[in-house]
Amino acid sequence: MKTILFILQKEFIQVLRNRTMLLLIILLPFIQLLILVNAATFDMKDIDVYVVDKDLSTTSRELVSKFEASPFYNLVNKSFNMEDGHDKLLRDQAELIVHIPSHFEHDLRNEHHAPVQLLIHAINGTAAGLIHAYSATIISGFNQQIAVEWSQGKLAKANQPLEVVYSYWYNPEMNYKIYMVPGILVILVTIISLFLTAMNIVREKEMGTIEQINVTPIRKYQFIVGKLLPFLVIALFELAFGLFLGRMIFDVPVVGNLGVLFGFTLVYLLVILGFGLFLSVISESQQQVMFVTFFFMLVFILMSGIFTPTESMPDWAKKVNVINPIAYLMKVIRMILLKGSGFMDILKEFYSLLIYAVLSLGLAVWRYRKTV
Amino acid sequence: MNRQSQYMITVKDMVKKFGQFTANDHLTFNVKRGEIFGFLGANGAGKTTAMRILCGLSSPTSGEIYVAGYNVYRETEKIKRSIGYMSQKFSLYEDLTVKENFRFYGGIYGLKRRKIRERTGYLLDKLNFSHAMNQKISDIPLGWKQKLAFSIAIMHEPRIVFLDEPTSGVDPITRRQFWEMIYETASQEVTVFVTTHYMDEAEYCSRVSIMDRGKIKALDTPANLKQTYRVANMNEVFVQIAR
Amino acid sequence: MKRFVGFVRKEFIHIFRDRRTLLILFGMPVAQILIFGYVVTNEIKEARIAIYDQSKDAVTREITDKILSSGYFRLAKRIEDESQIEETFQKGEIKEIIVFEPHFDEKLSQEKSAQVQILLDATDANMANLLQSYTAGIISDYSKNIRFDNGQMPVIQTRPRMLFNNELKGVYMFVPGTMALILMLVTAMMTSISITREKEMGTMEVLLVSPLKSIQIIAGKVMPYVSLAFLNGVVILALGYFVFDMPVHGNIILLLSETLLYIVMALSLGIFISTVSPTQQVAMFVSMFALLLPTMLLSGFIFPIENMPWPLQWLSTIIPARYFIVLIKNIMIKGTGLLFIWKETLILLLMTVIFIGLSIRNFKIRLE
Repeated sequence: MKTILFILQKEFIQVLRNRTMLLLIILLPFIQLLILVNAATFDMKDIDVYVVDKDLSTTSRELVSKFEASPFYNLVNKSFNMEDGHDKLLRDQAELIVHIPSHFEHDLRNEHHAPVQLLIHAINGTAAGLIHAYSATIISGFNQQIAVEWSQGKLAKANQPLEVVYSYWYNPEMNYKIYMVPGILVILVTIISLFLTAMNIVREKEMGTIEQINVTPIRKYQFIVGKLLPFLVIALFELAFGLFLGRMIFDVPVVGNLGVLFGFTLVYLLVILGFGLFLSVISESQQQVMFVTFFFMLVFILMSGIFTPTESMPDWAKKVNVINPIAYLMKVIRMILLKGSGFMDILKEFYSLLIYAVLSLGLAVWRYRKTV
Repeated sequence: MNRQSQYMITVKDMVKKFGQFTANDHLTFNVKRGEIFGFLGANGAGKTTAMRILCGLSSPTSGEIYVAGYNVYRETEKIKRSIGYMSQKFSLYEDLTVKENFRFYGGIYGLKRRKIRERTGYLLDKLNFSHAMNQKISDIPLGWKQKLAFSIAIMHEPRIVFLDEPTSGVDPITRRQFWEMIYETASQEVTVFVTTHYMDEAEYCSRVSIMDRGKIKALDTPANLKQTYRVANMNEVFVQIAR
Repeated sequence: MKRFVGFVRKEFIHIFRDRRTLLILFGMPVAQILIFGYVVTNEIKEARIAIYDQSKDAVTREITDKILSSGYFRLAKRIEDESQIEETFQKGEIKEIIVFEPHFDEKLSQEKSAQVQILLDATDANMANLLQSYTAGIISDYSKNIRFDNGQMPVIQTRPRMLFNNELKGVYMFVPGTMALILMLVTAMMTSISITREKEMGTMEVLLVSPLKSIQIIAGKVMPYVSLAFLNGVVILALGYFVFDMPVHGNIILLLSETLLYIVMALSLGIFISTVSPTQQVAMFVSMFALLLPTMLLSGFIFPIENMPWPLQWLSTIIPARYFIVLIKNIMIKGTGLLFIWKETLILLLMTVIFIGLSIRNFKIRLE
């Protein structure tokens, strides 16, 4: 036990003395939260819309004003010229053309139906889908409004036999950022713990100090505990710090129990630290370990459901996610922070990670040898 | 038991193979208590491999080997308690101070804090280096680093100390001082096992073994070797053997 | 020239000897394309929903059938009690709950109106939005059949047309993005690290005193990476084209030339980084944080630049990948020619010149 204390003391001194490292530990949460959360957003706003209103009637103008009034849209130009609109779309200066044909109002009044064409710049399929959804909502809202107005209220009810009511739970303002912040926090603790652990031991290898330690009577477990504990502490500190920043800057709700969150993260970190240790044991140089770590991180993060829900992934991807530790924390941290899920709700994930931690640490310890 | 008291290291038919390559080919030798045993050879002759096996860093392919009376196959942990080791690669932490390095290595050998303070003070005093106790290793010249690394290797008062080319890359004066430290250590009944490729250093050893391509070609005191080969110095002995 | 060839051969041998790194260099684009192609999608397919049907009559059953047969949704749970709603969301598997009010059919025929409530777990706001619009679409479709007197009702029909990407395929985004990222990684990161390593090891000096001209040394060092990167680019394009049906409407020669231009630009950036980094580790961290993350996040690869706050939009103008992605999309998807993209091409050229200029200046300073 005392031996471990000596190792801990040394590791902490080394981390705290390394300016770059300290800077990284303090600055990384800021940079990640400020840049990543703001950059990684599908919050649709300021959709550049080009209006081609060939009707110029009261009704068509009213419809256009609905788009103008919406905070999601930004009117680029109004004209009769479809060609010009197309050109703007081609040059990426507009994302949507709303085309109202002539006789729009006339047709609507007399034939009871009239078309509005939406031309959507769809190279980004996800954004296009959302633009369509938003626009359709505006138009159908307007549709109901004029139905009521034109019939002096008689038509409203009768024509809405099925009244659909929505309620958005946990996030009524549909704020995408509070969804991203917990995801970014997961990446933060993962990067810190995985990279630092993996680099640390390879560095001792490159420096030759590991040999000096290997000839001492130190026990395997003492060395490993001494090496891993500092990074565990740092990663948990990062989580707390990041949560604090998220709360201050983005108003991220903390509905659930923080004790449960930290307990779960602790188990998660054991898995990650085991991985880091394993990678560093099998690697020869810092460059190599960096590449391998980077590769796994990229794959695991993309598959973890940080941007897109894991539920909409194909079955094989879901199976891969069973061995993807990041996917577990990604899911659980959002459940706890945003919805207030309790320990019983995450029981399955907790046990899975616990088993995983035993495996990953076991593998690393087994592969780590003092003798070559 | 008798053998143990006389010999600190006994090696019989030690073989180490890396795939097809034989790094150590049936080595047999004994090292006596308090002896300075020189292990000589060109680069790649197999010196470091043999030393790593004796330190428990590497397992031999075959052979009967005892270090400090312990079996290298089964009792490596016990061996590690009895030995000190200074590797060819530099092994102090550059970003820690002198004192912190002493404390760390003392700590993992299980010394008590008081003992660590005592030994650190004693060893630094002897080096005349107490004033630099709080300097970072990265700010210290190479010659001093080597002497510090040696002090750390004997900090826990081992019975045998292994030195792997301890003087490579340092100036002649420092090498001289370094050998004085080795003598002083040996005078306290500590066995010193040292590899080197400086032939003039071989003259300082009690006995030397000369390796070539994985085999021991000669093993005796420097004086006897010079007589056998009828030459004036160890350098010529080496040239004769390697030819 | 012969000496130069020998030197280039040595560089190739270096690269091919490090199997693990090589494997990752080629594995990475493939893995990334596959993940983006199959895994990272926002499409709704068999989303798990719960239904709380308090009426259980012919109409609610019919609506339920219609929703479930759409292929977008799958019934994961039937809720029988109000209290189960919260619990269901807490478990996290189900993101939407449809609630039919009691006596649904009766109300519909007597009062001519009945209420469907859609509860959404909106922690993921976009997902909630999509689920909502899909469900609403199905229900409103159904309600057309039971409209009572729709004679006078004015109906504005929306006719959406998805330009350039009819089926809203994700491949249009990720093929250009992956190319920008991988090419940057292979060229800038690898060159900067390998040149810095020679510096660190001291082997650079040996090369500098050799009769090779310094321009030959640099060219020799980067040559393998240019070919590796180009090969990588072609692999990505081929994957996109054959596996994911990514079209190539524009001129393929133009496409490949622009790719080469981007590679050369990334290269000069890599050389520049190596002139300012003292150690491999610094080169690695600079490449990682100054190249990879911005290339992934601020280039419009995954997230539209227009949605970002202005400081980030401003920052994205200095990210080379941003222009490359625009170029690729224009050529491949829209089929536009140089006339539409001369500005982006010029910017990349300019960046190349600037980086080379800066590197030469740094080299000179060091040699003096």
